[in-house]
Amino acid sequence: MKRGASSFNIISAVLGLAFLYLPITILVIYSFNASRLVTIWGGWSLEWYRELLRDDAVLQAAWISLRVAVLSASAATVLGTLAAVALTRMGRFRGRLLFSGMVYAPLVIPEVITGLSLLLLFVALNADRGFWTIVIAHTTLTMCFVAVIVQSRLVSFDRSLEEAAMDLGCPPVKTFLTITLRLIAPAIAAGWMLAFSLSLDDLVIASFTTGPGATTLPIRIYSEVRLGVKPEINAVCTIMIAIVAVGTIAASLIAKSGTARRDRAALGAQV
Amino acid sequence: MADGGEAAQNNAANEQSPLVRFEAVTKRFGSVAAIESFSLDIAHGEFFALLGPSGCGKTTLLRMLAGFETPTEGRILLDREDIDAVQPHRRPVNMMFQNYALFPHLTVERNIGFGLRQENATRAEISERVTEMLALVRLQGFGRRRIDQLSGGQRQRVALARSLIKRPRVLLLDEPLAALDKKLRAETQFELMELQRRLGTTFVIVTHDQEEAMIVADRIAVMNHGRLMQVATPSEIYERPNSRWVADFIGEVTIVEGRISASGAMDSALGQLRVAGTSGAKSGGTVWLALRPEKIGMSGERPAGELNKVPGTISEIGYRGDISIYKVRLADRSLMKVALANVGVRGNARFKAGDLVWLSWPPDVGVVLDS
Ligand SMILES: Nc1ncnc2c1ncn2[C@@H]1O[C@H](COP(=O)(O)OP(=O)(O)OP(=O)(O)O)[C@@H](O)[C@H]1O
Ligand SMILES: [Mg+2]
Repeated sequence: MKRGASSFNIISAVLGLAFLYLPITILVIYSFNASRLVTIWGGWSLEWYRELLRDDAVLQAAWISLRVAVLSASAATVLGTLAAVALTRMGRFRGRLLFSGMVYAPLVIPEVITGLSLLLLFVALNADRGFWTIVIAHTTLTMCFVAVIVQSRLVSFDRSLEEAAMDLGCPPVKTFLTITLRLIAPAIAAGWMLAFSLSLDDLVIASFTTGPGATTLPIRIYSEVRLGVKPEINAVCTIMIAIVAVGTIAASLIAKSGTARRDRAALGAQV
Repeated sequence: MADGGEAAQNNAANEQSPLVRFEAVTKRFGSVAAIESFSLDIAHGEFFALLGPSGCGKTTLLRMLAGFETPTEGRILLDREDIDAVQPHRRPVNMMFQNYALFPHLTVERNIGFGLRQENATRAEISERVTEMLALVRLQGFGRRRIDQLSGGQRQRVALARSLIKRPRVLLLDEPLAALDKKLRAETQFELMELQRRLGTTFVIVTHDQEEAMIVADRIAVMNHGRLMQVATPSEIYERPNSRWVADFIGEVTIVEGRISASGAMDSALGQLRVAGTSGAKSGGTVWLALRPEKIGMSGERPAGELNKVPGTISEIGYRGDISIYKVRLADRSLMKVALANVGVRGNARFKAGDLVWLSWPPDVGVVLDS
């Protein structure tokens, strides 16, 4: 078979990547634009980053978004991991299919519906909407993503490793913590990163569940852009892209290093 | 080893009672019985093999001993105590897993020391014992390696060291050599035997390789469909199988059907054959004579002497290097297998396909079976 890329493949790859990344690239470049007019290039400058540091409203929103993302990602990771363990380990309990369907449903339910139903719930509970309701809503949204990632790792987990640990005198709970969790840690970390990114850029659900004094960064950006695009918004977005990109790459690297080691180990066992 | 003397005393005290006893154990998975009313004793210091075809329940038996499965019925005794309620991590039994189950995130040293770390042994003690174990399995200098930096044979030895470091009362080995190539497997078999003799630990090995079981074990339990077929020493299993199934499962055999007509005589399609050991068999009932191929002689002329003699034609020759297996077509159209050592050079073999030959054997080499 012919190896290497044909010109057709190269062109498709370039077109596909351009389609994905051209808008983002333009945004990043314009965040360094010296001109105040968004569409006119006036040379390189860090002007808008300096401007950003003086914009308390945006910084405030960024700080809220970061806290929401960290808290909801952590809660979602704990809950999602527990759900994944229950789904893979509890065997065929009654209602297992229903349970797994229910865990994954939020993956496909439109965000508008999730947001609206959470809003109705908070109203019904008479809960003060604000920071904590967003955290809860984001936990609901992201835990199923964590569950999917962790479950796919648990399915291929070699249970004889747990049995070996117990056989050598390690009690069951300690085995779960030091062997099982330790070995699926890359998947859990990847799940956390994904949950963090999802929470950071969510606009829809946050809009439904937010309250006074809890404006997240996407909400802030969206409301400002409606009044006209300010160059400093480009700067904020560039920083967010950087954070999400670093998070995603880190997550995939962690997951990959885990898989690669596992593959090497499995390969060797067959020799 | 510090507590070697104490262990020896313990052994002496318990010499009479078996170390492990299965009492009418049955294990069902749903409606499928993996083990059925299985009773067996394993003595102190024995190298014991569980042998049987795939799916006959060997692994299930080991897992019940290690505590990962519980018997549906019956009891398992270790040192005369029912271990049903003892959790796996509290049993003085260690297992070497079929796929080794080494921890990929730990080094060789930490894998081997894992069992001792669970007992809160001191750092010095752990490191001393790990060094001792590394020497025992000849892996000095490999302690700092990661598991994925080892060959299959080295992993096998790490797994062995890891399961021996706690000095278990019984070491369970589930097809420990299955992943090794033939040459390495043969070497490792002798190493295992030497190790077992040196440590005096009771080894229970599971295998579906009959040759391996015969080489390493003091006694073999042959199993089929979750039932015990025969327990005996390797030579007894081979020379005195108790049923057609065992005779056929272990090595090559030719089975001749017939009836006992008088003491020491059997009527068959090959005429009247002289046999030994018919005292137990009822006169008149159907019996089977099992003949091992290497115990049958083959010659061009009718041999003289007090032998059973039948004529036939060589129909097939299976060349195996050291020996050849001849399939000889007899008067009743049945085939009898004969093994002859290839003493001469190949082209010079004495017989070729189509030759008319006489097969002969003394009365006492065949085994009369009534089941
Ligand atoms: N957890 C289980 N659930 C259901 N059936 C099982 C389970 N474990 C084993 N079995 C069945 O019990 C029987 C015995 O299995 P076991 O693994 O003990 O066989 P084995 O003798 O070790 O075979 P092999 O030589 O192939 O390893 C098989 O029919 C198997 O399908
Ligand atoms: Mg097995």
